[in-house]
Amino acid sequence: MHKLQCWIDKMGIRFVLMVNKQGQTRLAQYYEYLTLEERRTLEGEIVRKCLARNEHKCSFVEHRNYKIVYRRYASLFFLVGVDDGENELAILEFIHLLVETMDRHFGNVCELDIMFHLEKVHFMLEEMVVNGCIVETSKANILTPVQLLDKAS
Amino acid sequence: MNPFSSGTRLRDMIRAIRACKTAAEERAVVRKECAAIRAAINENDQDYRHRNLAKLMFIHMLGYPTHFGQMECLKLIASPGFPEKRIGYLGLMLLLDERQEVLMLVTNSLKQDLNHTNQYIVGLALCALGNICSAEMARDLAPEVERLLQFRDPNIRKKAALCSIRIIKKVPDLAENFINPATALLREKHHGVLITGVQLCTDLCKISTEALEHIRKKCTDGLVRTLKDLANSPYSPEYDIAGITDPFLHIRLLKLLRVLGEGDADASDTMNDILAQVATKTESNKVAGNAILYECVQTIMSIEDNGGLRVLAINILGRFLSNRDNNIRYVALNMLMKAVSADAQAVQRHRATILECVKDSDASIRKRALELVYVLVNETNVKPLAKELIDYLEVSDLDFRGDLTAKICSIVAKFSPEKIWYIDQMLKVLTEAGNFVKDEVWYALIVVISNASELHGYTVRALYRAFQVSAEQESLVRVTVWCIGEYGDMLVNNVGMLDIEDPITVTESDAVDVVEIAIKRHASDLTTKAMALVALLKLSSRFPSCSERIREIIVQFKGSFVLELQQRAIEFNSIIAKHQNIRSTLVERMPVLDEATFIGRRAGSLPGAASTPTIPSVSLPNGVAKPVAPLVDLLDLNSDDAPAPSSSGGGDLLQDLLGVDLPPASQQSGAGQASKTGNDVLLDLLSIGSPSAPSSSSAVDILSSNSSNKVPVSPLDDLSSLSLSTGTTSNAAPMMDLLDGLAPSPPTENNGPVYPSITAFESSSLRLTFNFSKQPGNPQTTVIEATFINLSSNTYTDFVFQAAVPKFLQLHLDPASSNTLPTAGNGSITQNLKITNSQHGKKSLVMRIRIAYKINGKDTLEEGQVNNFPRDL
Repeated sequence: MHKLQCWIDKMGIRFVLMVNKQGQTRLAQYYEYLTLEERRTLEGEIVRKCLARNEHKCSFVEHRNYKIVYRRYASLFFLVGVDDGENELAILEFIHLLVETMDRHFGNVCELDIMFHLEKVHFMLEEMVVNGCIVETSKANILTPVQLLDKAS
Repeated sequence: MNPFSSGTRLRDMIRAIRACKTAAEERAVVRKECAAIRAAINENDQDYRHRNLAKLMFIHMLGYPTHFGQMECLKLIASPGFPEKRIGYLGLMLLLDERQEVLMLVTNSLKQDLNHTNQYIVGLALCALGNICSAEMARDLAPEVERLLQFRDPNIRKKAALCSIRIIKKVPDLAENFINPATALLREKHHGVLITGVQLCTDLCKISTEALEHIRKKCTDGLVRTLKDLANSPYSPEYDIAGITDPFLHIRLLKLLRVLGEGDADASDTMNDILAQVATKTESNKVAGNAILYECVQTIMSIEDNGGLRVLAINILGRFLSNRDNNIRYVALNMLMKAVSADAQAVQRHRATILECVKDSDASIRKRALELVYVLVNETNVKPLAKELIDYLEVSDLDFRGDLTAKICSIVAKFSPEKIWYIDQMLKVLTEAGNFVKDEVWYALIVVISNASELHGYTVRALYRAFQVSAEQESLVRVTVWCIGEYGDMLVNNVGMLDIEDPITVTESDAVDVVEIAIKRHASDLTTKAMALVALLKLSSRFPSCSERIREIIVQFKGSFVLELQQRAIEFNSIIAKHQNIRSTLVERMPVLDEATFIGRRAGSLPGAASTPTIPSVSLPNGVAKPVAPLVDLLDLNSDDAPAPSSSGGGDLLQDLLGVDLPPASQQSGAGQASKTGNDVLLDLLSIGSPSAPSSSSAVDILSSNSSNKVPVSPLDDLSSLSLSTGTTSNAAPMMDLLDGLAPSPPTENNGPVYPSITAFESSSLRLTFNFSKQPGNPQTTVIEATFINLSSNTYTDFVFQAAVPKFLQLHLDPASSNTLPTAGNGSITQNLKITNSQHGKKSLVMRIRIAYKINGKDTLEEGQVNNFPRDL
């Protein structure tokens, strides 16, 4: 029963973070509950670890019981925490899909777009990931509800 | 009105926060904003509610508390408009979690929205439920979600599928309701529905074997067809990534096939062709293709064996491993790890490459590779692999050295073909990375050295040499000091030279130099210093010519601020100065430490008392660290100039015995994996008890002043029985009693408030019984009437009873009825004790006693521990 519980709890993506080069969080979405304090320390530790790596090194870092898949776009780091069983390369591809989706919506997305339209990025992410699982991989399908909201207002 | 575009104040806030140069400025801005939002909440401001919530989300992201906004989320969710609901649900997912009671309040809104006519609102509710659903909500809302799995719009179906995953994980009992709707999703064409449906089925299979059987039987063929269609599908711009249609779906399908094929030959057979096709046809020059290959190899390795496919998979691994892209190499190592159990031989072929990866500049790759090497080691390849790793230790990064050292030590210990090789490798590790070696590792080394009697001379000489170059490695210093203490004479006299050794000339004074350096080094910690002190005591006997010099070194520690060192220094000094006659027997070489016991204790499987009773002298040093205290105390009684801190009061004695109050820094015995309270004196003192040393009985007599009334099985038993009430405890349990003194005592009868009398102590000469009573209304306090009965034919005079209890108890002793105890049948002494148990109901009483009296003017001392008190006192 205990063993069962262990892998039932495994859920794929455990958090998505966007952090700039200065280590400031620009977006944080957790799919498991962490207290404020835990989140702050976790983010600090991970960002320090990833920032210390150069571009020649691989995109995967193991930290505590997470595996972090990260990718850098200009000044912004995208960090996705996953469970051990997750396909790291697929997550790398997922990050790129997320960036392309934002790009399609904002047109040449940059850090400021994400800051000032935080809720929209969250809406997109919500269309792509629910409870740590990927829901949708078509950019058009992801963006339809977001654009609908824009039109409605 | 759009709350976001017209809400300039959100922008203003973000700008203000961006403009902050210091964290303090940011805090000030946030504090001001939060105050304004709180005010708006208090005024129940409707117009800006969504804007305030958007701000709160930003503030939350920065890591500030935002709990006061939680109720606002609920209000927004309950409002009719889509934009309000949208932001409300987002806030719900970000600011709340399933642990909070607020969630209870949202269940009703969710239920309404799940039944809403607007499908976007249904989608919102599903998404929120999928992210935050608790077990209670799962039970309440499962029927709605189940219905929505068949909703006409695919965008709702896909979200309902993921919502179902959350529900069945929270309440696995609900799984069976979802089996049929879930399998229906597998026939869909919409990618979103398909990918979530596959995911749901995968999780169902993991939760319920019934679902696994059902899906395996009904859906394997269909899934294989779906994967085939997907792999062969023409270009579709919406899902295309680097020429591959929807790699995410590929991967999900491969994962589900893995679950279905595992342990089922038929299902595995069904999927062979498509797996072969994916493995051979997928482009491997882009990330997406490699992700699929990666998943495909894992599936091939997990399902039932098919020789051809395995070869294909191993070839892919080989290609990955030699890839220049670090990401690909990393996943290759990851995959090889999983492939080891399926095909260890194939993985062994890549050993050289893997070993190179251990030395990679990328920490992530190094870590993976090291773990892989670790599982690849076996008896045949341990020598070259260990050599490679130890050579690398020298140049490795400091932050990697801890991991590397631990793995090397583990490999060497597990597969060493012979003792000399093990000792050699361990010395190399200690020399290179002694500061990273864990305590149990060097304990183990000492145990092995102790057992390799033909290598004692070789080892101590090798350590002496190593010490000359690496005196800064703490654990090397400890092992060296221990070995010089034990085998110093072999070092000086070149005893047991092996052919491979270079001759070495070490004088007695050189050997003492090493220990002196160790004890005087500022970086040495308490354990090292204490070990050095013991080594010095031993050397003082081994090297009579250095005895005076050693005494001088020891004397310097009489003023140590560390109590432990000070006390030992005083004791050792007195042994050297005043007890020449017993010193040599006192500091004899340690008996061989029992490896089986050590390993057993390390595994935590052997309780102290069970440690091989057939060879008590061997098992004791491993098994019990505690008895050292009574021995030391007794020594104190015998050496006049000792301040004898422990003889000043019974309480101290008990603390010594039970380790109630020992500082965490107290040192560990050389073999003392047993407990932190062990100290090194133990090693020496216990070595007295070696049955092979008949002369030791004199020491025993001095140490145990009342041993005459016991029938010693062996000297050591006698020593340990000092601390025991022989009459009340079975002989097998001496260590247990000492170690478990504070644990609940063995069950005794308990007839309500009336407590049975107990025989607290009995020896051949004396019996002590306790009668208990409680004062009404004061359950914590017990009044004990102690009765002493003389069992001998001599009258005891100057009779003094002392008792001590651990800190959670308070003890008050009334005066005794007399200080003379007449012979049997002619009367007794009674004395009342009052004990208050501050942990009443949690801990049982326990007591150390000491009884002193004179027989014909000769002092006699008896000691014991009482732990057969009735419970609940």
